[in-house]
Amino acid sequence: MSIKQISVFLENKPGTLKKLTSVMAKNNIDMRATSLAETKDFGIARIIVDDALDAVNTLKENDFVASLTSVLAIEIPDEAGGLDKLLDVFADAQVNIEYMYAFPGRGVNNHAYMIFRVADTKAAEAKLVGKGLKILTQEDIANI
Amino acid sequence: MERYYQKEIECAPLEELRSIQTEKLKKQVQHVWDNVPYYRKKMEEKGVKPEDIQSVDDLGKLPFLSKKDLRDAYPYGLLGKPLKDCVRIQSTSGTTGKRVVAFYTQHDIDLWEDCCARAITAAGGTDEDVCQVSYGYGLFTGGPGLNGGSHKVGCLTIPTSSGNTDRQIMFINDLSATILCCTPSYAAYLAERFKELGYGPNDISLKAGIFGAEAWSEEMRADIEKTLGIKAYDIYGLTELSGPGVAFECSAQGGMHINEDHFIAEIIDPDTEEVLPEGSQGELVFTAIDKEAFPMIRYRTRDICKLSREKCSCGRTLIKMAKPMGRSDDMLIIRGVNVFPSQIETVLLNNGYAANYQIVVDRVNNTDTLDVQVEMTPEMFTDNVGEVEEHQKKLSEGLKSMLGIKAKVSLLAPKSIARSEGKAVRVIDKRKI
Repeated sequence: MSIKQISVFLENKPGTLKKLTSVMAKNNIDMRATSLAETKDFGIARIIVDDALDAVNTLKENDFVASLTSVLAIEIPDEAGGLDKLLDVFADAQVNIEYMYAFPGRGVNNHAYMIFRVADTKAAEAKLVGKGLKILTQEDIANI
Repeated sequence: MERYYQKEIECAPLEELRSIQTEKLKKQVQHVWDNVPYYRKKMEEKGVKPEDIQSVDDLGKLPFLSKKDLRDAYPYGLLGKPLKDCVRIQSTSGTTGKRVVAFYTQHDIDLWEDCCARAITAAGGTDEDVCQVSYGYGLFTGGPGLNGGSHKVGCLTIPTSSGNTDRQIMFINDLSATILCCTPSYAAYLAERFKELGYGPNDISLKAGIFGAEAWSEEMRADIEKTLGIKAYDIYGLTELSGPGVAFECSAQGGMHINEDHFIAEIIDPDTEEVLPEGSQGELVFTAIDKEAFPMIRYRTRDICKLSREKCSCGRTLIKMAKPMGRSDDMLIIRGVNVFPSQIETVLLNNGYAANYQIVVDRVNNTDTLDVQVEMTPEMFTDNVGEVEEHQKKLSEGLKSMLGIKAKVSLLAPKSIARSEGKAVRVIDKRKI
């Protein structure tokens, strides 16, 4: 049930991120969620789109180093304590989170969505299944 | 089976080689004494006369020539033949000072092309082969030298010269080229382009490559061989001595055989100018004993390497020179430590990066800084910051242990370093000293 995130290497210099967004804009790719991890030397952009395979090929053609990473997208109620309750489940299931960021969605049903990168996505899925969580598929992403 | 272009010379017994060298050296010293006043003056200053040179053992009595002499004598001061006997000039790029202009008689061209033919044959070339020469043609010796050698071997020669990479690939594919001659950095670029276009090593008709004119590492050789599915052979030369082909690699791929019937090699201590015993590392010095128009005697190449007369599996008896660590011109002195770009290349390739790099040296607050900039590759990239940093740290530690000094590692976007079609620009030295 995991979805594909695009991870893109960004050189640490002015204009690099703009080059990335230009390629996305020119190719009419809607970035549904983004997060930027940076060190003092380089950055990694993490992006969710509707068609990840198509977008990663477009980026490679434009001389970016980009790869696909499996991540979990989980729906939570957009209210106080929403994330906290979800993380209870993660903690109980002993799933370690490497990083996480929010996915805004298009404002349907008062829901928020969180993207989780865990070490072993398949194992985490097995541990989280049947705990009443709504784990999104790639198709769900396109519809929210 | 090992192939030879001129077996009687390439595999001659040592005594025979020495007697050829003695004969030619005596003649050459007389020629220079009679026809090159610039060098005669140097001999007189040192108190040496042609009759003092009775065998190769007397070579050490003769004065050296250096790059400075070439500058001082520019353009005609070292000419050994009247211009009417000369048929060609070749010239260096002049990136490290004033350009060198070398003169050739037809005899000089012939012996140069023979040397290149030996290199192509040693790489397995025959008249059945299709040899693409992607070295620059023109003043640069690479194109004309290998072109001539390829003709002598009888290969079908494709004189693409350098540049226009997709056209190079089209010719290799359409005419099933089997041998590629170019600089190693251009070979790496061609290999990268082939890969991008989806060609695997078995899809490429090439079987051998002859790559020279710049320092390159064993790791880069392995990379090029794997990607193109070829054997990659090194070739060595200098415009001052003719061009590529002064020395060439055989099937053993472990050092280059020097064409000793035309060039006598010595290794000296670059500081004391003392001749060092075989096997010592030092500056390579060459005497061209057969060239008429530009007869260089004891020319200091500034290349640092070793010589070895150990028996070679290919059957050649010609002495071998190790791959030079780099021209002493390329050597950087950073915080007092000698650094060769080829050492940095070795570390990069050993750590999984590609040979697309640039070395930036600067001086900040009176301290030299070394920044090794290398392009990120799909193989070295993950979505995990920690892992990428870990790779970067390992590279940095590798550089420290190879060079003895600390280097900053900068990861650049792919294709951000300009690809070279000739000699790659590896070093940017911003220090104003």
